[in-house]
Amino acid sequence: MLTKTPLLNETDISASTGGERMSRADKEFKIVVRNLSFYYGKIQALKDVSLDIQANKVTAIIGPSGCGKSTFIRILNRMNDIIPGVRVEGKVMIDSQNIYDGNVGAVEIRRRVGMVFQKSNPFPKSIFENVAYGLRISGLIKKSSDLGERVRRALVDAVLWDEVKDRLNASAFKLSGGQQQRLCIARALVIEPEVILFDEPCSALDPTSTAKVEELIQNLKDKYTIVIVTHNMQQAARVSDYTAFLMLGELIEFNKTNKMFTTPSEKVTEDYITGRFG
Amino acid sequence: MISAHINEKIAKLVLWISSLTILAILLAIIGFVVMRSIGIINLEFIFSMPRAGGREGGILSMIIGTLCLIAISTTVASPIGIGGGIYLTEYAGEHPLSKIITFGAEWLAGVPSIIFGLFGFAFFVVFLGWGFSILSGGMVLACMILNETIRTTQESIKAVPASYREASYALGATKWQTVSRVVLKSAAPGILTGIILGIGRAAGETAAIMLTVGSFMALPTSLFSSVRPMSLHLYLLAIAEVHPGAIARAFGTATLLVLMVLIVNLSVHTIMRRYTRALR
Amino acid sequence: MLKEWIIEKSLIVAAMVSFVIIAFIIMIVFRAGVPLIAEVGVGNFLFGMDWRPEREIFGIFPMIIGTLLVALFSMLISVPLGILTAIFLAEVAPEIMRNILRPAIELLAGIPSVVYGFVGLMVLVPFIRTHLGPPGFSILAGSIVLAIMALPTIITISEDAIKAVPKSYKEASFAVGATHWQTIKNIILPAARSGILAGVVLGSGRAIGETMAAIMVLGNLPVIPTSVLGPIRTLTANVAMEMAYAPHGPHRQALFATGVVLFIVVSILVVISNRLRRGQ
Repeated sequence: MLTKTPLLNETDISASTGGERMSRADKEFKIVVRNLSFYYGKIQALKDVSLDIQANKVTAIIGPSGCGKSTFIRILNRMNDIIPGVRVEGKVMIDSQNIYDGNVGAVEIRRRVGMVFQKSNPFPKSIFENVAYGLRISGLIKKSSDLGERVRRALVDAVLWDEVKDRLNASAFKLSGGQQQRLCIARALVIEPEVILFDEPCSALDPTSTAKVEELIQNLKDKYTIVIVTHNMQQAARVSDYTAFLMLGELIEFNKTNKMFTTPSEKVTEDYITGRFG
Repeated sequence: MISAHINEKIAKLVLWISSLTILAILLAIIGFVVMRSIGIINLEFIFSMPRAGGREGGILSMIIGTLCLIAISTTVASPIGIGGGIYLTEYAGEHPLSKIITFGAEWLAGVPSIIFGLFGFAFFVVFLGWGFSILSGGMVLACMILNETIRTTQESIKAVPASYREASYALGATKWQTVSRVVLKSAAPGILTGIILGIGRAAGETAAIMLTVGSFMALPTSLFSSVRPMSLHLYLLAIAEVHPGAIARAFGTATLLVLMVLIVNLSVHTIMRRYTRALR
Repeated sequence: MLKEWIIEKSLIVAAMVSFVIIAFIIMIVFRAGVPLIAEVGVGNFLFGMDWRPEREIFGIFPMIIGTLLVALFSMLISVPLGILTAIFLAEVAPEIMRNILRPAIELLAGIPSVVYGFVGLMVLVPFIRTHLGPPGFSILAGSIVLAIMALPTIITISEDAIKAVPKSYKEASFAVGATHWQTIKNIILPAARSGILAGVVLGSGRAIGETMAAIMVLGNLPVIPTSVLGPIRTLTANVAMEMAYAPHGPHRQALFATGVVLFIVVSILVVISNRLRRGQ
């Protein structure tokens, strides 16, 4: 570790240094990560990461490739459970419930924590069915009119409705790359998660589509807590309220975004942000 | 939600059951054949000639017959199949010819063996006048295993890293020098497995043989001798005989055939394991 | 460079061989069979109810029905079992089960058809005869044996198709809170559909083209069956049974003609399977 466990220091909230101590303010943190280590077999991908993610804010995770940022974000919805031979140590609390407790199911967690992937990955189904999928498998929606309304609302929230309302039954593959990514966002929104994770959502998009998605992310934070992984520093500066900088599996610095990009407290952070490496 | 979890459990249980069923079927078949052949299989069974139309004695001439067919079919099919595989992967590129040839090979793989039998009968036995003979049967089998040799050659050559070729070309080697000394050398174990699989297929094939090798029980004296290979012997004993000696010998023959397949598969696995380790 | 030229040309020739064989098979089998079909009339040959070679009446309709019925019933058994096992292998199986099942399936594929027929004859036929009613030689026995034989084809091709489904679909489904089984059922299987279908089509092609196992357990009566416990004769069995004592004249031609029909049916299935696999 280069520093003591870095935590928010600019907020009016007294940051907790250990997982056990619950301060008054912990309730405002949607996600609390404590002493998180992660292993692919024998390889350690994350080392003792602790950090707090605020509700209704956008938190960006940046760092050079291979730093563990994708691994980190996939821990938050237990997506890494799919990979055989992985191991998680430490705690990830969402609303003070450790999501890695034995009695918590990955499926339930993923309903509460949605995810949008690096490359848009619509299913080979119609536009409507792509969005409806999450509702259908949940078995919660009984009436088809309710289903239609929920799908419409998700598409509206994802700013895609006007572009697709006349062709909901067309294949999702007919959409442009940017539209496909917004469809994937709608697919994540429809089940009304509490947190949405974005794993480099714009890395395959052109600048116009990127701008649309970024604007969308800004609008979504009123309703959701958002964590975004990006290798694009400008993007992190544009969309996020807080930024965490990871390197070689360690959390180097975690700060308010404008502080991080103007006066970082770590020399490495500054080197990275100013493009001296990575 | 709860029902989704129960569904998950039930579904996985069903998946386990169907897979275990398949394992059980395999074990039952092999177990049944092997159990019933205990007492008949011994060195005498393997090394003595059949007597009384196969009701007594061993199956030496059948084993020899099968070995002759294997020898001819692999000798003919291997060079052609390997050559074809080399052409398709190293030379043909995106040539339209390669698509046609690949499709031809796939088509050939789907042709029922009895059709090969009809073809072999009309062409080798009658038209070329080779009669019911090892040669006719061996040639038909060569046609049947050709596809396997081509396919495995293609696959093994594709697995050779491009860097090997580049290194060879960089030293000024010609195409054929590169192919024969670098590519084929690395692909050899994979190609060998193709040939071994072909041997297994040739040993077990019956329908095509039935119409081309005859069923003569004596030891062959030339390429034009008729023989009765093990697979055909098993069939003829099974359908025509109720004599306990014949049935016991049928089980013995079946066990040897299964054993052959077992050896073939085991050696393929052993070769592939060593080979992939070496490539790493 | 002359040497390089000669080598390349001889490799092309080797590659062409499989195509030449297909061409030869078509030429020879069709030349021997088509004239008889023309003489008897396509309708009379395909839809004729009577097969009486001694009176030169050649109708293969009962055998077409028999072949299709056995193929259909065997698929009813092997398709669910095969697809479930493919899902198990591709998605659910722990490493150790995979290491047991894969070689088991290869072994299942390698066991000669005559051994399957023999086990069917020794186990299934007597069982059906005593417990379900005579004669034991029946569609039921044949369907079970052919189902087992078609399993490796269906499993291998379906597993490949399932594995070819992009991992991103699976992740996206998990990310919205789907269980593993929901993901398999709603996303993976639909995406792998055409590949799985290709396996099923090829598997039925195998069942239709199978000779030895069919001939040994189906009873070989050229009649339209009235129950699954009744005997039938397949197209392949027709050829294999009678070739031995029909060396001349229209009878032999009629057997080649049967081969022509079989060849066309199986070739159509190969083409469909090929298209489906490329469609994925």
